[in-house]
Amino acid sequence: MSPLSFAKVISRSVLSRPATRLYPFEKRPFFKATRGAVAIEIEKCILCGICQKRCPTDAIIVTKAAGDWQINRLRCISCGACVDACPKKCLRLENAYSPAVVQKGADDKFHQPSKPGMGETQA
Amino acid sequence: MATRTVVPFGPQHPVLPEPIHLDLVLEDEKVVQAIPSIGFIHRGLEKLVEKKDFLEMTYVAERICGICSFIHGQAYCQAVETVMKIDVPERALYLRTIWGEMSRIHSHLLWLGLFADGFGFESLFMHSWRVREKLLDIIEETTGGRVIFGTAKVGGVRRDIENLTLKRIEGELKTIEKMSREMTDVFKNDASVKRRTVGIGVLSKEDAIALGAVGPTLRGSGVAQDMRKLGYAAYPNISWEPVVETGCDCYARCMVRCREVHESFSMIYQAIAKIPDGPVDVKVTGAPSGEYFARVEQPRGEVIYYVKGNGSKNLERFRVRTPTFANVPPLVKMLGGCELADVPVIVLSIDPCISCTER
Repeated sequence: MSPLSFAKVISRSVLSRPATRLYPFEKRPFFKATRGAVAIEIEKCILCGICQKRCPTDAIIVTKAAGDWQINRLRCISCGACVDACPKKCLRLENAYSPAVVQKGADDKFHQPSKPGMGETQA
Repeated sequence: MATRTVVPFGPQHPVLPEPIHLDLVLEDEKVVQAIPSIGFIHRGLEKLVEKKDFLEMTYVAERICGICSFIHGQAYCQAVETVMKIDVPERALYLRTIWGEMSRIHSHLLWLGLFADGFGFESLFMHSWRVREKLLDIIEETTGGRVIFGTAKVGGVRRDIENLTLKRIEGELKTIEKMSREMTDVFKNDASVKRRTVGIGVLSKEDAIALGAVGPTLRGSGVAQDMRKLGYAAYPNISWEPVVETGCDCYARCMVRCREVHESFSMIYQAIAKIPDGPVDVKVTGAPSGEYFARVEQPRGEVIYYVKGNGSKNLERFRVRTPTFANVPPLVKMLGGCELADVPVIVLSIDPCISCTER
């Protein structure tokens, strides 16, 4: 036992580069496997609603009649249950997080182009 | 008799970010009695089984604790698998062992940092978290999450790690092990660490057994009890021994965790060497009918998962007893007779995870 038992570690820390990053300038790259935001290729989607059933937090709402697929980013826990369940493989987990939400309850909405939208039917 | 003063400790306290409240009855600077109260962040997760089906509950179980999340998920899955009589593939068992041990190392490194911070050794705290960060990168690369692994699943695991990646990870882990050894040597030998921990918060072997201590708190008092010896996952195929220290004080509990970190590295190497090829999950059909107590060793000690199913998609009853809950009575015992300045060190020495406890 010596009072200098930590000296080796400290001297190396002093001499080496900082262990931290200069964050806004140097961003940490995500890994390929990182579970980030759920993304959808809406053209391929058949609006079957399996993702809505499998979602443990009820973040996804599929409205077949209107052709809408919407997700509440604040409820989503990026578990990937919807991605595993999707029969058309049109859902995926991107390896970056979704941008900050500025309003509570504002869902990200995607519209299936082959379906007439609510707005279009009314017009 | 000296005048008695009651000093409240928590639920918000600089040294402990988690909400536990202790009424410390003092005579001068000496604690004569500690009265704990919890319940500040109760989440009612056990009631949630009525709304979520048994497969969705895996995600809930993983989120009971933010640090040992994978082992919570694993314990829940083991309970349901036993009820449903599912044979989990060998490879999945090995992957569970690898991830479980990684989670133990990162939890212990986190705790070592917090403990160092608790007795005022800031640079050791930062060094310990720097080592942990490297491990978190490996965890994120293999599971997709830094602390919420999200890989536990009834019937196996949700992701596979390729054999080549496993080999590369072994090399990276060896570097991390070297760094962590340098750091644990400081905990072991440094005079200032010893001055704050040796002889503090003594819990005798008899008291530890009588009060139902679990995990490193129990092993630091000289009792060789480790749930991994029950033989779940791939632990029966790996050679290891429970880490036991006989000091009964905060230093002994710290040493148990330091040595467990090294033990876990060796367990991961063995698991990587022995992992068989094959599928990582089996299809689950039907619903659980029956009941089972799963006992699993977490970084903080033994966690008990009780599930009771009645053949429907929703479980009938779900109960979790987390290690911190079991370690509160021993903590109260340790606090009796200590100095007020030692209270934070003693509270930290059981590795309290109040969010786990409140479920």
